[in-house]
Amino acid sequence: MSDSNGNLIQLTAKDFKSDQEVRWCPGCGDYAILNAVQGFMPELGIAKENIVFVSGIGCAARFPYYMQTYGMHSIHGRAPAIATGLATSRRDLSVWVVTGDGDALSIGGNHLIHALRRNVNLKILLFNNRIYGLTKGQYSPTSERGKVTKSTPYGSIDQPFNPLSIAIGAEATFVARAIDTDKKELVEVLRAAAEHKGTAIVEILQNCNIYNDGAFDSVREHKENRLYLRAGEPVTWGDKGVRIGPDGSAEIVSADAEGLLVHDPGHPEPSVAFALSRLTWDTVGAVPMGVFRDVERPVYDEAVAEQIRAAKEKQGDGELEALLHAGDTWTIS
Amino acid sequence: MGAKPVERIDHVIVRFAGDSGDGMQLTGDRFTSETALLGNDLATFPDFPAEIRAPAGSLPGVSGFQVHFADHDILTPGDRPSVLVAMNPAALKANLEDVPAGGTLIVNTDAFNERNLQKAGYETNPLEDGSLTSYHLHEVALTAMTIEALKGIEGVTSREAERSKNFFALGLMSWLYHRPVEGTLEFIQTKFGKRPEIAEANTRAFRAGYNYGETSEDFAVSYEVAPAKLAPGRYRQITGNTALSYGLIAASKLSKLPLFLGAYPITPASSILEELARFKNFGVITFQAEDEIAAAGAALGAAFGGALGVTTSAGPGVVLKAETIGLGVALELPLLMLNIQRAGPSTGMPTKPEQADLLMVLFGRNSESPVPVIAASTPSQCFHAAIEAARIALKYRTPVYLLSDAYLANGSEPWLIPDVSTLPDISTEFATKPNEGDEFHPYKRDPETLARPWAVPGTPGLEHRIGGLEKADGTGSISYDPDNHDLMVRLRARKIAGIAADIPLLEVDDPDGEATTLVLGWGSTYGPIGAAVRNVRAEGRKVARAHLHYLNPFPRNLGEVLRRYDKVLIPEMNLGQLALLIRAEFLVDAIGYNEVRGRPFQSSDLADAIAALIEA
Ligand SMILES: Cc1ncc(C[n+]2csc(CCOP(=O)(O)OP(=O)(O)O)c2C)c(N)n1
Ligand code: SF4
Ligand SMILES: [Mg+2]
Repeated sequence: MSDSNGNLIQLTAKDFKSDQEVRWCPGCGDYAILNAVQGFMPELGIAKENIVFVSGIGCAARFPYYMQTYGMHSIHGRAPAIATGLATSRRDLSVWVVTGDGDALSIGGNHLIHALRRNVNLKILLFNNRIYGLTKGQYSPTSERGKVTKSTPYGSIDQPFNPLSIAIGAEATFVARAIDTDKKELVEVLRAAAEHKGTAIVEILQNCNIYNDGAFDSVREHKENRLYLRAGEPVTWGDKGVRIGPDGSAEIVSADAEGLLVHDPGHPEPSVAFALSRLTWDTVGAVPMGVFRDVERPVYDEAVAEQIRAAKEKQGDGELEALLHAGDTWTIS
Repeated sequence: MGAKPVERIDHVIVRFAGDSGDGMQLTGDRFTSETALLGNDLATFPDFPAEIRAPAGSLPGVSGFQVHFADHDILTPGDRPSVLVAMNPAALKANLEDVPAGGTLIVNTDAFNERNLQKAGYETNPLEDGSLTSYHLHEVALTAMTIEALKGIEGVTSREAERSKNFFALGLMSWLYHRPVEGTLEFIQTKFGKRPEIAEANTRAFRAGYNYGETSEDFAVSYEVAPAKLAPGRYRQITGNTALSYGLIAASKLSKLPLFLGAYPITPASSILEELARFKNFGVITFQAEDEIAAAGAALGAAFGGALGVTTSAGPGVVLKAETIGLGVALELPLLMLNIQRAGPSTGMPTKPEQADLLMVLFGRNSESPVPVIAASTPSQCFHAAIEAARIALKYRTPVYLLSDAYLANGSEPWLIPDVSTLPDISTEFATKPNEGDEFHPYKRDPETLARPWAVPGTPGLEHRIGGLEKADGTGSISYDPDNHDLMVRLRARKIAGIAADIPLLEVDDPDGEATTLVLGWGSTYGPIGAAVRNVRAEGRKVARAHLHYLNPFPRNLGEVLRRYDKVLIPEMNLGQLALLIRAEFLVDAIGYNEVRGRPFQSSDLADAIAALIEA
């Protein structure tokens, strides 16, 4: 790639490390994600100055401070809205949002779903540790029912959100999942997200070793429980496979059964992707990973730019003088 | 005809009143346009319910439009209408107490049936019970004559025919005051061009009304109001919200920055979003967000990227933006917040003006979070206020509040269109290179303005992170150092306070310098206070007045001005918010004149209060 002056440069992961001391707890899954993202950034082929990380508030949201790009650590839950303003007015930038499960799905839930439906050119990385880390361990909207935390000493009684089901329901055009420690798969998903035109959301299962240690051990430690979704291939893991039942839900069958679902992230209808998003450790003892959905739809900021271009072409560049004098005027001499 | 005598008068206040569905706002608008083209000075006050179609014939459903026009310069839409056009009993009942004895009533008799009388709460028909004898009453069968005039137009239902009656009323009023009619006829063609039969109906109704004035013996005289002697130049009529929209477009041009508006619809601010959405050929991006928080956030995000970020709202929406504005204060990025105030608390009276958000915009954020505040004073002044707010935001890299209200938003007046070449250059520079050796320190300030550099993404070598966490002075790194925080809090405060050196001194209007009483106002009370002061002076009393356009920081001579006068009266459409600030900051025993009726002051009442204070 070349820099803004046209000089050829080859960036490395090191170029994306800022001089700020990383302040997550030792052992936190966020380190692995940071490492994977910094390692992936040179691949983007975009100059550092044209990359922006915007975050809300939470442990995850400290992320931009550690990236040697432009960055904004904003306010709780609002990053998708702020990033929408930036990405819409600056189409030359590569804008990334880093958010936590509380940030994205609790206080910022509204902004998340609207960013997804608009399909603004944003890449949203949702670090899901199923807990409020920064505020020291209250349950989050992704915590499982019955979760005992400081704010739920008798166990939580609310039904958790499934982030990917929400995203698919909110008309997202790109939906994927990865896990913090699986660098290779994580980078693959980041790559697909970066290539996607429009909003991409990637749920990254992240271990908070202080307040919710082991939340994902079933797949983090037990790789055999990861169900990798690969476009064009039958959906299977171990000796099991997935078939779409007559009622549209995903059913678990043996890996050599007839009529296994062949993964098609580009399917125009979201129903199969939704059915896949319902497969969880709790429901089937496996967690699907990879790209659930990747479809094309008009991109918001492109449409905004197109309306402006068309208006200028039709009416000419706006002239202030003409604007002020338009309509009924009269002269007093 | 010419047979009827014509009387010359110097000013008239007309109020059109009817059901929300009667088209009174349109009628008032058209009458105003005719009046503007004739060259009168004018001021309007549309006053309508928040409900789109409140129950027909009911008192809460009454919609009014008042226009004051004169052969001299005027300051307000007028206290009390000299002419009331009442389309039904409710409109008469809701407005009659505002009409002084001897005033003229033009009443649509067809609407005075038992049902409507009952809905308006009349026990007997006021047209028959002698209760209107102290007025000049014109009983006009508006509906019947309209329907009659429209006979034979194909494709017009009887309901539609009936709905043309506002054009009949407009025609009649146009005749009565010698208004030019060509503009209205053209307007009808453009507005209803898609349904030629409706255009034909409205045209016929309009002409029928005009002709009725000319022929009916009920109208013995007609009136002329000569053009006003205003400053020479080209004029247009403008409402506050249109002026704000144009001001923002101008600010974008003058700063050479693209305009990004983030907004969520709310009365009375929505029309700014709607107006700006039309101007894509100016490169304007309007973003209708999912809520006010996102609207402010998107504008701030755009500002980070180097746009002129603007967000518009009213009370309940402004409250939601508070956290984002606090972030803007910490990020030290330019951001414009327009608050078109309305009566509260909570939803309050959405279409009615009030000035009770002053303390909120000054102090309604967590911690020490100083923000400059500017207030517009008249509909046309909104244009310059928007440019000035942008200038301050850009130069000092700060969120800026601009206050207007429902009265300015919808009210209109003639505007001497400014010469574009005289508008200020408000351009600013982005940082392009390191400012500390080969490093970039995002919080290294300009020694004079204390503004920090604005380095927009895309600038090589200046990659940096900003955020809501406290930053170390200079480097902008996260800092919890006690001394640094104390310093940063004071620096942010000093930066905003320092703007006082960069704004005009407060002008005092005290013709012979002998007044001992000062009337100090801010915002949309400019007109009513001005009219009241004229009345007081006309009675031979001496009074000084001054009007604040800058509420934070105050003009640097404000303390000195206040101390020059024995008595200071502060009229406000709140319970004394500016007075509280003035008392706290200057230890001046300011006296409040406070009314929160959801409408502008009656200048005669205010004049009485000023006179009483002078005499006290
Ligand atoms: C308006 C507001 N409310 C509450 C908080 C406190 N707060 C900070 S982070 C957080 C939750 C963070 O949880 P999550 O988004 O899951 O991020 P994590 O720390 O787990 O990475 C809360 C409640 C805040 N900063 N701002
Ligand atoms: S509290 Fe949890 S999420 Fe936050 S830094 Fe520590 S380990 Fe990571
Ligand atoms: Mg969390």
